[in-house]
Amino acid sequence: MSYPATASQTVGPYFKIGLQYLDSNALCTEAAPGIHITVSGQVFDGDGVPVPDAQLELWQADDLGRFAGHDPSGRGEASDGFVGFARVPVNEHGAFHFSTVYPGSVMAPDVTRQAPHIVVMLSMRGLLKHLYTRIYFAGDALNADDPILTAVPVDRRGTLLAHEEEEGSEQYRMNIHLQGDDETVFFEY
Amino acid sequence: MSELQQPFLPVKPGTQPAFLHAPYGSSVLRAPQRPLIVVPQTLSELSGPVFGHGAIGTFDNDLTKQHAGEPLGERIIVSGRVLEENGRPVAGALVEVWQANAAGRYLHKRAQHAAPLGPNFSGAGRFLTDEQGFYRFTSIKPGAYPWGNHYNAWRPAHIHFSLFGAGLLTRLVTQMYFPGDPLLPYDPIYNCIDDEQAKQRMISSFDLENTIPDTALAFSYDVILRGRNATPMETHK
Repeated sequence: MSYPATASQTVGPYFKIGLQYLDSNALCTEAAPGIHITVSGQVFDGDGVPVPDAQLELWQADDLGRFAGHDPSGRGEASDGFVGFARVPVNEHGAFHFSTVYPGSVMAPDVTRQAPHIVVMLSMRGLLKHLYTRIYFAGDALNADDPILTAVPVDRRGTLLAHEEEEGSEQYRMNIHLQGDDETVFFEY
Repeated sequence: MSELQQPFLPVKPGTQPAFLHAPYGSSVLRAPQRPLIVVPQTLSELSGPVFGHGAIGTFDNDLTKQHAGEPLGERIIVSGRVLEENGRPVAGALVEVWQANAAGRYLHKRAQHAAPLGPNFSGAGRFLTDEQGFYRFTSIKPGAYPWGNHYNAWRPAHIHFSLFGAGLLTRLVTQMYFPGDPLLPYDPIYNCIDDEQAKQRMISSFDLENTIPDTALAFSYDVILRGRNATPMETHK
């Protein structure tokens, strides 16, 4: 038997019933090694109105670029206290907030290295399938050669960059715009 | 390079929805307007979280036993397999389900349908597939419910399914429908896909074999996750 993948359908307005049990605002414990950071932001629709019923699912490598869970590269286990996954809901103002460690660099398909990043899967009523985007960190020296970031037109790369709220604060901010002049770059794999 | 490091197969045209589907009103302000940027699959997408039995509670696979009494409604058993596109079973996949009650009412603060909520049904479950990709849960048949998308709009009865296979790009959220539902031709969400067969694969089958006499009807529903280009290990009917 061989069929194409089952069609995606929207999570609808009531997904919290089934998914909320796994909600979390942390991708690691406080004990995980690395530089601890927070990332905050808001999700906006095509009218610039905050989306109050979205969900982000986040996935990233630990401070040394190792994934927890299923990692086909066989690089070994991630550090203690590091989960690397979180299902983060937005609040009634479309705002999200989570804590993690600054990700390490992950190998690209070739021998180059990817810049530190967090993969985001975004779901909400109105999206018939989830969107993939990434959070990169403004000022990271590896951004200039990242194979994914450099595939994005220069004038849109900024939509993928989280900025420190104050220099050196380790509190980052990145908003997600579904449409409009600042429409976030979304990826297809 | 091991097989698991191979990229996932490209999406077959017509078998997945576009983001903008104007008949589904909520997509208009939320679908991205610029083309998605096609990028290579990296280890960040080929890897993914693994959920163990720690995520699963005792009655998470029986939505009729989560409260002091039994919920009103037609008791049903839903079972099937989670497979990759090449037919290989997905073992240990986390499946999360949620649904309305038999009256078509969701237990959610934003649910506005003026149908009764009962004390004995929350409408949420979760479970892992076994080594052969099989899953099974007990519930009650959800009711249809009205929504504001267009005049006299009713969603066909459905159960939401959320799945994580091996690798982030297998992530899937879909809806399981019921055979013979007269509302399906009018539903803009079911009809957001071009490929007729792809639509029909979201409809479960009545499953006489798994019915329990005097107790429960049964429906069968297989879910196919995005897969890699690998030779099937075995053939399933």
